[in-house]
Amino acid sequence: MKRKEICEVISQKEIAEDIYELTVKGDFIQDIESPGQFVHIKVANSHDPLLRRPISISSYNKNNKQLTMIYRKDGRGTSLLAEHVAGMDIDILGPLGNGFPVDETKMGQTALLVGGGIGVPPLYELSNQLKANGVKVIHVLGFQTDSVVFYEQEFAANGQTFIATVDGSHGTKGFVTDVIDQQGIEFDVLYSCGPLPMLRALEQKFPNKTVFLSLEERMGCGVGACFACVCKTKDDPEGTSYKKVCSDGPVFRAGEVVL
Amino acid sequence: MSRLNVELPGLKLKNPIMPASGCFGFGKEYSQFYDLSVLGAIMIKATTVEPRFGNPTPRVAETSAGMLNAIGLQNPGLDKVLSEELPRLENYDVPIIANVAGTTEEDYIEVAHRISKAPNVHALELNISCPNVKKGGITFGTVPEIAKQLTYKVKKVSEVPVYVKLSPNVTDIVEMAKAVEAGGADGLTMINTLVGMRLDLKTGRPILANRTGGLSGPAIKPVAIRMIYEVSQVVSIPIIGMGGIESAQDVVEFFYAGASAVAVGTANFVDPFVCPTIIDELPKLLEKLGYEHISECQGRSWK
Repeated sequence: MKRKEICEVISQKEIAEDIYELTVKGDFIQDIESPGQFVHIKVANSHDPLLRRPISISSYNKNNKQLTMIYRKDGRGTSLLAEHVAGMDIDILGPLGNGFPVDETKMGQTALLVGGGIGVPPLYELSNQLKANGVKVIHVLGFQTDSVVFYEQEFAANGQTFIATVDGSHGTKGFVTDVIDQQGIEFDVLYSCGPLPMLRALEQKFPNKTVFLSLEERMGCGVGACFACVCKTKDDPEGTSYKKVCSDGPVFRAGEVVL
Repeated sequence: MSRLNVELPGLKLKNPIMPASGCFGFGKEYSQFYDLSVLGAIMIKATTVEPRFGNPTPRVAETSAGMLNAIGLQNPGLDKVLSEELPRLENYDVPIIANVAGTTEEDYIEVAHRISKAPNVHALELNISCPNVKKGGITFGTVPEIAKQLTYKVKKVSEVPVYVKLSPNVTDIVEMAKAVEAGGADGLTMINTLVGMRLDLKTGRPILANRTGGLSGPAIKPVAIRMIYEVSQVVSIPIIGMGGIESAQDVVEFFYAGASAVAVGTANFVDPFVCPTIIDELPKLLEKLGYEHISECQGRSWK
C-alpha cells in the first residue's frame, strides 16, 4: 500500500562529492516489495519547490523499519533535502513504482548489475537480495570522475566490482560497456539503472539476454495520475500505446518501451 | 447539518470540493489513497474522440510556487472512456463532470453528445482553453464569437448542463465569459493554466519538449481570484473556481471572489490526500469565521 508518512531522519552524510546518503525510519517501509522502487519526498514545507522529489531506495531493512537513499545534491530541491539532519521530520510518499524482479535470476546463476552515476543506488539493495538468494553478482559501475564514486567497498563485499570513470581517474577509463567488453563478463540476467544512452547501449548490446532497465524521467505526481512521465511502447512506437515510468516502471524489461 | 452541500446546474454536491481535470486522471490512482465517494464531484481528464498520446517528454517543469505542464491531452479516447473509465467510477457515489476536448467543432460535438449520455456524467466541462495542443483547444477559447458558437452547438447535443472552462490567456476575460453565457453555457469553470516557459541553465533551451506549458499551482491563485471576482459580477451563471487551491482558506477566498464550488488541481500531486483534507477542514474554518453554510461566503468580496 502506498502511504504518505511523516518519517524521522535517522542520519545523513555526504559520502562523495555532492552525493548524500540519507536514512529514515517509517512504517511504509514494511510495504516495499522489491529493490528499484522509489519514494517521493516533499523536501520542504514551502511552495519552492512545490512538487515532491522522486528518490530511489538504495537499501531497506523491514526489521528496524529503516530505509536508505542516495542522491546527488543538484538543484534547489535536493539542496534542501541535504539540509536534513538526524531527528528531523520528512514527508515521504511511498513506496512507489515497480522494482527489479529479483526472482528472475535463480540460485547458482550470475547476475550482472550495471549502474551509471546516480543510477547506482537502487542496485545496492538488489545486489544484497540476489546474493542472499545464492546468485553470483558482478557489478560494473560507471561514474564521471573519482570524486563522485561511492559504495565501491559495499558492492565489492557482495561480488566482483568494476569501476569505470569517464576521465579515467578511478578504475577503467571509459564507459561501463568498455568494461564489460574488456573483462569478457558472462551472465544470465542483466539489471541496469542509469542515464538513457547507457541503457540504450546495453539494450542493443544484449538483444538475446534477459535484461531489466530502470528509467528516469521528470515526474509530477509519482503515482500515475498526471501523465508527465510516459514513454512509448516498442510494439506501437508511432501509436498511442504508452507506459508510465512512475507507476508501470520505473523498471521495464528491455524491449518493452522505446528508450 | 452540513455546511457544505451545494446545488449547481446538473450537480447536487455533498460538498463543493472536486479534483480538477487533468490532475486526477480518471480517479483510479487516487482511489488507492481514499474513498472517492467523499468528493463533491470529479472532473475527469479531457476526453477526445480518438485516443491521444500527447506531447513528447519532458512534459513538466517546476517553477517557484507552481509547475508548467504540457501533457497535450493524452487520453484513451471516447470509446474507452465510455466502456472502461466511466463504468469504473460508477462504483463511487460521486457525480462526474466530463471534460470535453477536440481539434474541430465536430470533435467537440461528438464527444459531448455521447459522453453526456453516460449515467454518472452529470455535467460537461467544455475545454476550450488547453494551451498545449497545436490544433483546437485554446483556439476556441480566445475569440469570443467562436467560443459562443461552439458553446451553442455543444449545448444543443448535450443531455446534461454544460460548463465552459475559460482560459486566462485572453485580453478580456469578462468578454469571453459573457460570450459563452450568451451561447447558452450553464456555468463557467475558471481558470485554466497560464502559458509560460522555462529555459535550461546549461543548454539555454526550453525545458519542455513542447517549449511552452501551462502554469498552475499557488503562483496563479491571485490571477484566478481576480478573474472570478470580475466575471462573477457580470454573469448570472455559477462559477466553479480553480487555480492554486490547496487549503480550506483558499476555498473560502475563492467563494468570496464569487465561486460557487471549487476544483483542486496541482495540489493533488503534492499531497494525494489534499481533497479529503480540505473537506475535513472546511466546516471547522467556516465555524471559526462565523458562517452557518459555505454559500454565505459566495461573492462576499463584492456583494
